[in-house]
Amino acid sequence: MVEETPWQQALRYANRANPYPFYEELRKTPVARQPDGTYVVSTYREIVTLLHDPRVSSDPRKSPALVAAGTEHSGEPAAEPIREALTEPNIITCDPPEHDRDRRTMMPHFVGPPHAPHLISDLEPDIRRLVDGLLDGMRGKTRIDAVDDFAYPLPVTVICKVLGVPLEDEPRFHHWIETALDGLDFGPEAASEEIRSRLAGARQAVQDFGQFAAELLDRYADQPGPGMLSALVNEDGPEGRMSKGVLASNALLLIFAGHETTVNLIAHSVLTLLRHPEALDKLRRRPELIVPAVEELLRFESSVQFWHTRSALEDIDIAGTTIPKGAPIFLAYGSANRDPERFTDPDALDFERRDNQHLGFSQGIHFCFGAPLARLEVQVAVGEFVRRVENPRLVEDPPPYRHNQIFRGPRHVLVDIDGIRD
Amino acid sequence: MTLRATVAELVREFRASGRIVIVGASLAGLRAAETLREEGFTGSLTIIGDEPYEPYDRPPLSKQVLKGWVPADHTKLPRMREVDADWRLGVAAVGLDRATKQVRLANGEQVPYDRLLIATGTRARQWPNPAEAALRGVHTIRSRDDAEQLQKELAEPPSRVLVIGAGFIGSEVASVCRELDIPVTVVERGSAPLVGALGGVIGAIAAQLQRDHGVDLRCGLGVSSLEGDSGGHVRRAQLSDGSIVDADVVVASLGSIRNVEWLEGSGLAAGFWGVGCDAGGRAFDINGVVTDSIFVAGDVARAPHVLYEYQFLAMEHWDNAVLGAEAAAHNMVNLEPDYRPHLLLPGFWSGQFGVNIKSVGVPPFGDEIVFTQGSVEERRFAAAYGHRGRIVAAVTFDHGKWLEYYGKLIEHSGPFPPPPPGWDQPPDMKPMPAEFPDPRVPTAIPDVVLTGHAPSGRTAEFRPRHH
Amino acid sequence: MRIVVDLNRCQGYAQCVYLAHEVFRLNGQEALTYEPNPDDQRRLQVERAAAACPVQAIVIDRLDGEERGETS
Repeated sequence: MVEETPWQQALRYANRANPYPFYEELRKTPVARQPDGTYVVSTYREIVTLLHDPRVSSDPRKSPALVAAGTEHSGEPAAEPIREALTEPNIITCDPPEHDRDRRTMMPHFVGPPHAPHLISDLEPDIRRLVDGLLDGMRGKTRIDAVDDFAYPLPVTVICKVLGVPLEDEPRFHHWIETALDGLDFGPEAASEEIRSRLAGARQAVQDFGQFAAELLDRYADQPGPGMLSALVNEDGPEGRMSKGVLASNALLLIFAGHETTVNLIAHSVLTLLRHPEALDKLRRRPELIVPAVEELLRFESSVQFWHTRSALEDIDIAGTTIPKGAPIFLAYGSANRDPERFTDPDALDFERRDNQHLGFSQGIHFCFGAPLARLEVQVAVGEFVRRVENPRLVEDPPPYRHNQIFRGPRHVLVDIDGIRD
Repeated sequence: MTLRATVAELVREFRASGRIVIVGASLAGLRAAETLREEGFTGSLTIIGDEPYEPYDRPPLSKQVLKGWVPADHTKLPRMREVDADWRLGVAAVGLDRATKQVRLANGEQVPYDRLLIATGTRARQWPNPAEAALRGVHTIRSRDDAEQLQKELAEPPSRVLVIGAGFIGSEVASVCRELDIPVTVVERGSAPLVGALGGVIGAIAAQLQRDHGVDLRCGLGVSSLEGDSGGHVRRAQLSDGSIVDADVVVASLGSIRNVEWLEGSGLAAGFWGVGCDAGGRAFDINGVVTDSIFVAGDVARAPHVLYEYQFLAMEHWDNAVLGAEAAAHNMVNLEPDYRPHLLLPGFWSGQFGVNIKSVGVPPFGDEIVFTQGSVEERRFAAAYGHRGRIVAAVTFDHGKWLEYYGKLIEHSGPFPPPPPGWDQPPDMKPMPAEFPDPRVPTAIPDVVLTGHAPSGRTAEFRPRHH
Repeated sequence: MRIVVDLNRCQGYAQCVYLAHEVFRLNGQEALTYEPNPDDQRRLQVERAAAACPVQAIVIDRLDGEERGETS
């Protein structure tokens, strides 16, 4: 049997809780060709370089290998149900000038008008109320699940409000997202019976989710309502309106990415703090450190471990390797954020780290669209958790993880507590 | 004692009890002082500045200050650390005696030094006719006071502003005028705005940008005279084609003059091009021999640059002030082999007419230009400059996220034209002449001055020009 | 308080603008302008903005409130 590469090992479910030793091995070859022809980039400097290289595309339709991986006939086990179900690109899977135009069109509806982009800041009181309510709900309990009781409900409620997605539809799209994520695997286990058997269900889930988004947009076209999606359907920006297909694809992206990544960040934050009592204690004594603390948590346990839709449009020479034209490029943010060439003592959690220019939200033109909202939610949620939860203790370490490798996060984080302060 | 131990002892002793004087209390002077302390220098530190203000940041002056959003005194620079210095503000240095190692101040005082940092920067070139320059309403813009006064007059508002010279500062002033809805005429001797810094191809785009924003732009013309009313306030200008422009505020943005007059007779390689120094900031004497006790940083420094055929460059850029000062300060409290070079890839930015113009490298070093990304029509693009088949600079309009790609190509002496992007290609990707003006054609002085190599020969003598 | 933005580093991500639009503004799509000496009551907003900058271009005074020792 051929020995697995460090990347393949990092992707194994058994290593989901701690992929970092494999990343360390992986970084010895900053740009590492995998057996399937994918080039995995794991070092900080090389990732930043490629994020700013106009010969790199984010549009999987431009790479023959990625197109093949997305079709049923390829025989490739790593077929990608999300991409397959979407005929139109969204801002994370397209290139300039379309990318730039669509992002310019969407951004004011998210942050507010250019002269006073106040919409995110305006959400703070709502976010505080939601967090208060969730923590109040833990009164009288001795054991909580930091995922189901805390990390999940906040972002999903907020994104529904921001976008104008009815909260009562949450169980439906939650099911579709879980099903899709469980069927998406980039590692050696993709060939397993278990994952293969999930693939059809995952495809169907994405289809249903896309259908749901399209119907929601249709309803708003008939009858405008609150939130960003209705505005995008009904209002002309300076550069016109997005087509219905592009809008549906982006709506799906916003609903999904608008909460999944934040859920994982809050869950990982709680988990990480409980693993580092001195850091938790410091944050209790100096609550103002929550702002740099969240940046450090973004670095320490990145919510998007890697991204998989990029490819080389020309031969690209980097770090002694030539990535050939057409080859898929995976950028391993989770590894770059632990790169000792960039971060002193990278495996240490340091809320006062200077020059913490992490890649938790990526960089370049595809810098996370929702970053300002995510930061605010996590600052409030984690700050209040630290302040109000009495004597939290981790029940199980490591906790069970979700299957997905890109959107890496614990499925549950059980915590024993003594009570909830006012 | 070994030589190495002796050197180490010298360094230790100097750091403990040496005397350092910094002339120039602006960005470079401040960052140098902070670096000296950061490096463990605990001796005496004196900072001399001709303006009465503690160090402030200049780029906001021609933008948010002029617009009236930010008061001129809100530009004080943040401090990176305590500097524990003797600040001598509001008194200019007027002479340097290298034999006795003293700086002479305007009030007659002598300040002794063991090591000296020259960071006196530049000043605005005044309108050449002194009587006309003295008319009320005639401005230059370089200092806090300049900006404060001009802002007050723009707030009145004037019936029309005349900007003479369409370099970056002049163009930014014109942009602010249009944001304030003030009619503005821009007169530029060259073929287009920004032509000295970015060449005629980009200049033509900048010209269209100005006109689209309602600027009355007149290129290829000079201003022959300014006329005042009986009260001594400027009212009109006559242009070189005989036409008249009525304006009650005139901004002369004619480039800058390096503040080196105080070094006359000091025997340093100082002249209109600045103060010659090596890439570690050590000043050259008049013979082109490097000195050990005098250092130079910021706009006034002129050093050889490895990426540009070792030609001497003076870079009036913000990051040159910061990084040059840090390197010079480090070298002031070290000896060989611990010297550090200042190897900056120059870069600058200018926000004007709602567009972010950024550049890396030295555009005037290039003779060709090629558009590489985006759309000139939408004024969102990147372009690269080439010289002898190498990329030497790049410019972006609202495409700043791509600039570091070009910066890396320049650092690695990448090919020109650079490899094409995989998407968003401009319709025409053929290199063309970059159209920099002949250096003999007077334009707004470009902020990078390229000349030949250091003064050399058995002896040299400068005959200072008096204005 | 005092800040300076290294506009050579700035790539126009505008995160600071979304967090503190009274202090940071965009002129067009990408050109950042800002108030270099904002009121102290904006401190939390400005610190959030500086932390959020993807290229860490916002520099905040580290001496805050201490004696600067100038004559002016």
